[in-house]
Amino acid sequence: MAGSRGRGRSQFSFSVDALGFGRGDCLPSSAHTPSPLYPPMQFRPVPLHTGEEVDYMLALKQELRASSKNLPFHIKAARTKTDVARYSDKYQNGETKNNCIEWSPDWSRMPKELCIKVRKPRKTVIGAKPQLTRKPKAAAGKEEVLQKLEKREEEQHSEEEEDEEKKKQNEEEPDADEDYDEEELEDETDYIMSYFDNGEDFGADSEDNMDEAVY
Amino acid sequence: MTTQEVRLCGLLLQEHFGNVVEKVGTHLIRSGVLTLRALAHETKLPLDLVKKSLCVLVQHGMCTFGAGRRGPAGPVEYRINCEHVFHMLRYPRYIYTAKSLYGDTGELIVEEILQRGHMTMSSTVKTVADRLTHNMPEGQSMDYSEVVSVFSQLVETHFLQRCPPLASAGSSSSGAVDTPLPVATQPTEPESHPDCYKLPYINLTGQLLQSKHSSHTKKLFSGQPLCGDDDGIYWQVNFQRFHLHFRDQAIISAVSCKLDQSSSEIVRTMLRMSEVTTPAHAAFTQALSANEIFRALLSSYNIARPILDQYLSLLVDDPMEFVGKTGDSGGGMYVVNLHRALANLARATLESVVQERFGSRSARIFRLLLRKRHLEQKQVEDFAMIPAKEAKDMLYKLLSENLVQLQEIPKTPDYAPSRTFYLYTVNQLPTARLLLQHCYKTVGNLIERRLYETKENKRLLEKSQRIEAILASLQATGAEAAQLTEVEEMITVPERQQLESLRHHINKLDSSENQVDETIFLLKSYINSTQASR
Repeated sequence: MAGSRGRGRSQFSFSVDALGFGRGDCLPSSAHTPSPLYPPMQFRPVPLHTGEEVDYMLALKQELRASSKNLPFHIKAARTKTDVARYSDKYQNGETKNNCIEWSPDWSRMPKELCIKVRKPRKTVIGAKPQLTRKPKAAAGKEEVLQKLEKREEEQHSEEEEDEEKKKQNEEEPDADEDYDEEELEDETDYIMSYFDNGEDFGADSEDNMDEAVY
Repeated sequence: MTTQEVRLCGLLLQEHFGNVVEKVGTHLIRSGVLTLRALAHETKLPLDLVKKSLCVLVQHGMCTFGAGRRGPAGPVEYRINCEHVFHMLRYPRYIYTAKSLYGDTGELIVEEILQRGHMTMSSTVKTVADRLTHNMPEGQSMDYSEVVSVFSQLVETHFLQRCPPLASAGSSSSGAVDTPLPVATQPTEPESHPDCYKLPYINLTGQLLQSKHSSHTKKLFSGQPLCGDDDGIYWQVNFQRFHLHFRDQAIISAVSCKLDQSSSEIVRTMLRMSEVTTPAHAAFTQALSANEIFRALLSSYNIARPILDQYLSLLVDDPMEFVGKTGDSGGGMYVVNLHRALANLARATLESVVQERFGSRSARIFRLLLRKRHLEQKQVEDFAMIPAKEAKDMLYKLLSENLVQLQEIPKTPDYAPSRTFYLYTVNQLPTARLLLQHCYKTVGNLIERRLYETKENKRLLEKSQRIEAILASLQATGAEAAQLTEVEEMITVPERQQLESLRHHINKLDSSENQVDETIFLLKSYINSTQASR
């Protein structure tokens, strides 16, 4: 390279022809800003496939998405109670708990350290039948309620004392999981539990900045 | 794992399993291999949630575990199988294929197993039979034996396979020798197990009868109830088999587009005959003689022997090289060139992408470069028959998009620009990888846009769901038409229009995802085929 310096001083090291543009051509303007986020498209995209097959697969996809939210594999973190402890908490146990798993996997196929207590499925209406027969006896009914309340309190204590055990030990303990269905008959109250809203959700969901006033 | 792949995995996990599993899964993908404690510590989630998430992932086969770096005595390490997560995008296609091959029963079997990860045969049969019975009109029911027969067919054709047994220590049933856990880097192949496709014997006669009561169906069993003789034998979907089927379908449809229906039927017959004899990664099928092909052709196609010979020679001469001739015995020995077919299909995809994004003249330049490998700028202009200025413009645009590469060949040791050849070139494999990453990014964008649209209109969607629920309950209890119309009018007309347009957008986005997934499949098969042949 040093040798060519003395020869034509006005010569550049590249010939202009090889670059592909002539002397007088204006160069394309340099970019001052980043390219736009949605640049205008020169050619419109081709329309999507249509047909029975496509529609069926679309319906399948949407169904799968909807049903996967109801499966026990969809894991939601248990909500930490930020409020005061409420009386209704004892009766509302539809919430998931962190230390229970909602389905029963085959533990022999999983490493031992992943073992976690399996949440027993909810009792069906068959369990409530014995209480129906007692309903006409009002006095006896009240005693039943008191007894049931005491029993539930004991169960709750015993459940809190448990550590995370293996599934085999679950069979020995009584039905400790508080699973009574939300039918009004069980609690001997006139109110359907699922309709009761204790106001915990109010204000808890509006975490994003909402400028509109909440009435 | 590229950024786009990790992002897409996260979005898919979130869609199917929720935020917790997404967090755990994404972190595990980024870190490679981790132990349980490390994972819990780094994601700052409670240990129980991490355990639950790992259970879900292991159940679905997306996470493998094994003895870690410290050997069998150390903590167990987990890693995520990203390919398996991407398969979630293709679930509708698997289910539709099962439906087209084995009817509604097959469809439901595959759907159940896909949603649950892996299941025993008896539980699958029971669940599917119950579901079918519920959908049938009153009084009819689905016999368990029918479902068992469809299940056996699925296993015989290898669409379902047994889950590989774990050589795991600590299985409390056998107190025998502690075999160490398999090393995390080498998962046991399901096909290495000799009983991979052996059906267990289960005693499953009977059916779920529907009683005549309209509201509740009483579950009555006729015959013997299920006995779970097959505890511990789990079945999973054999994704590789489905992929081979899709690949065959792609080849057949390409042949029918390029040539005609009869030649595609011939190729279909050839592929069907070599289904069981050809290993999964073979470059071409077993050689089949023309006599065999003629015998195997279904009579409905109505192809005479000399016509068959003509078609075969036409297929061999076709530049796409789907079929090759390997010998002359038995009337001519023919093979289907699987890898070459995949390469040609991938090339067609690349060319079509360039054509749709940059126009047909740019596509002409692209095809030229694919064929002629290295060309100078002047030669490109001459061969493509495009004026110099436009050709230069198009070339530079393709170069900026990385679809075309520049190769410098110096004449002198110093790379002086006036004394260097600059050659444009296109390499098919790297360009296919680039396009695959673009596809992953596209699907990620589509999913995010759909989530955004759903979130924007959340209030409206909830309102419409509530009103539908009210309508359904009113109709069930038998209300008059006036009440129904009154409830329907709770949604105003502009709201209805908004809902309609929202539904239209979401359908379009979902449909696009399915279509992009087809391209992903094709490009991934091509890339895998090049890796296998090395």
